[in-house]
Amino acid sequence: MADHAHHAEIDKVTGTATTGHEWDGIKELNTPLPRWWIWTFYACIIWSIGYFIVYPAWPLMDGYTKGLFGYSSRAELAVDLANLDKVRGDKMAALATAPLAEIEKDPALLALARAKGKVVFGDNCAACHGSGGAGAKGYPNLNDDDWLWGGTLDQIEQTIKFGARSGHDDAHQGNMPAFGKDGLLTKDQIVIMANYVRSLSGLSTRSGVDLAAGKQLFADNCSSCHGDEAKGNPELGAPNLTDRIWLYGSDEATLIETLTNGRGGVMPAWTGRLDPATIKAMAVYVHSLGGGK
Amino acid sequence: MSFWNRHKIFETNSIVLIVGILLVIAIGGLVEITPLFYLKSTIEKVDGIRPYTPLELAGRNVYIREGCYLCHSQMIRPLRDEIERYGHYSLAAESMYDHPFQWGSKRTGPDLARVGGKYSDDWHVAHLKNPRSIVPQSVMPSYAFLASNTVDGASLADHLRTNRVLGVPYTDEDVAKAAEDLKSQVDPDGAGAADLLKRYPKAVVRNFDGQGGAPTELDALVAYLQMLGTLVDFKLYNEKANLR
Repeated sequence: MADHAHHAEIDKVTGTATTGHEWDGIKELNTPLPRWWIWTFYACIIWSIGYFIVYPAWPLMDGYTKGLFGYSSRAELAVDLANLDKVRGDKMAALATAPLAEIEKDPALLALARAKGKVVFGDNCAACHGSGGAGAKGYPNLNDDDWLWGGTLDQIEQTIKFGARSGHDDAHQGNMPAFGKDGLLTKDQIVIMANYVRSLSGLSTRSGVDLAAGKQLFADNCSSCHGDEAKGNPELGAPNLTDRIWLYGSDEATLIETLTNGRGGVMPAWTGRLDPATIKAMAVYVHSLGGGK
Repeated sequence: MSFWNRHKIFETNSIVLIVGILLVIAIGGLVEITPLFYLKSTIEKVDGIRPYTPLELAGRNVYIREGCYLCHSQMIRPLRDEIERYGHYSLAAESMYDHPFQWGSKRTGPDLARVGGKYSDDWHVAHLKNPRSIVPQSVMPSYAFLASNTVDGASLADHLRTNRVLGVPYTDEDVAKAAEDLKSQVDPDGAGAADLLKRYPKAVVRNFDGQGGAPTELDALVAYLQMLGTLVDFKLYNEKANLR
């Protein structure tokens, strides 16, 4: 504490003592910090000494003082994650080992898988498939019973694990060829095809288009993937063209674009990013959205 | 003169005050900064980290220019909930070639430290052009113009050189081939792809923006996003060996 007793000079105007500092005839008033503030400040300094002792604080030549508590944020995280495992307990372990079909039959496991799946879906899948799984242009709706790569539990799990055209060795392969760009069909033929494909699901067609020719073109170019009946093929990811469910759109312009440039939407592989139990929970969740087979 | 009055010499002599301030700051720097240069746990070497390819670096420049860091962090903290959502916590080494780093401190949008490979290129393209076309509740602005801006290949070698001054180990070959590498990375069928991958392991070679022609800023930004957080193989990562 400043001891100014020996030059305690009182400023006449304010009645406050001066510090004795004087610059060009101007004297500084002594208005010290409040006592409570000073003592809090000293208390903080003393507290910091305790902090140095129990927490990592000072760097040394070869490491740092670890502190009595041995705290490290990574170690704390390990404890948190271990506790999380404990909280999730046997049920989560059961989820990892039980076959998919059994998870659906066991109400407790099903509830767990759905709860887990819903959260993970929100974090990872909703960006493309929508928060409710309703999809978007180019990203399939998961609520209906129309499946590009198959809608059984195992097929869904397979798709989540390895994705479609993801670059993973086990990913679903198969592209819609670029019939126009690669010169497989002429522009006129593509217009005919687009209208024929519309007619398959009962949509209106442009007048004057030769649908019979379209039928022949379909048999020659499309049926190997989409099937003779145009019902699709989940082995190849070829969609059913008769069900009025469209991934990219059903209008003539979109169909011409599809036929001209081809399609090949990518779904990433989730194995490696998500653990196997989580992927199973996801599969069960997606299967339970409404359209699971 | 009492002990408490000795500060008078500092208050009445500006040179002494300046020297005193410098001394105090120097001690603080010595204690807080110097150890970061020699403590093993703060300069953790991690396998797999490599400098950015020219295309990724161009994308990073777009990321910085457009201020993506204002809404997106690139820093998964070692907290349970963040690990659950985003994956393994970020390592210092993962941003060792970032000048400046893009850790950020604001998450209006999600963290992007491990966004690489999470979504398809098509998704990124559609999302950057019009975020609400796929995420209806998004407040992110549209960056559609990136698709029509081509990346200036000629200036990239200088960007690499500048990074080299800052300590990024680009080789002379990397610098010489910068413009070539830029084109190679968007041309999977081209001759340069193999050479690029040899010098930049795990680089993704794809036509990111789905359009032909010269690499655009959209290519660059998507290439950058698709590599974020993908370089370290956490199956092989051993933090114990790196801590002391």
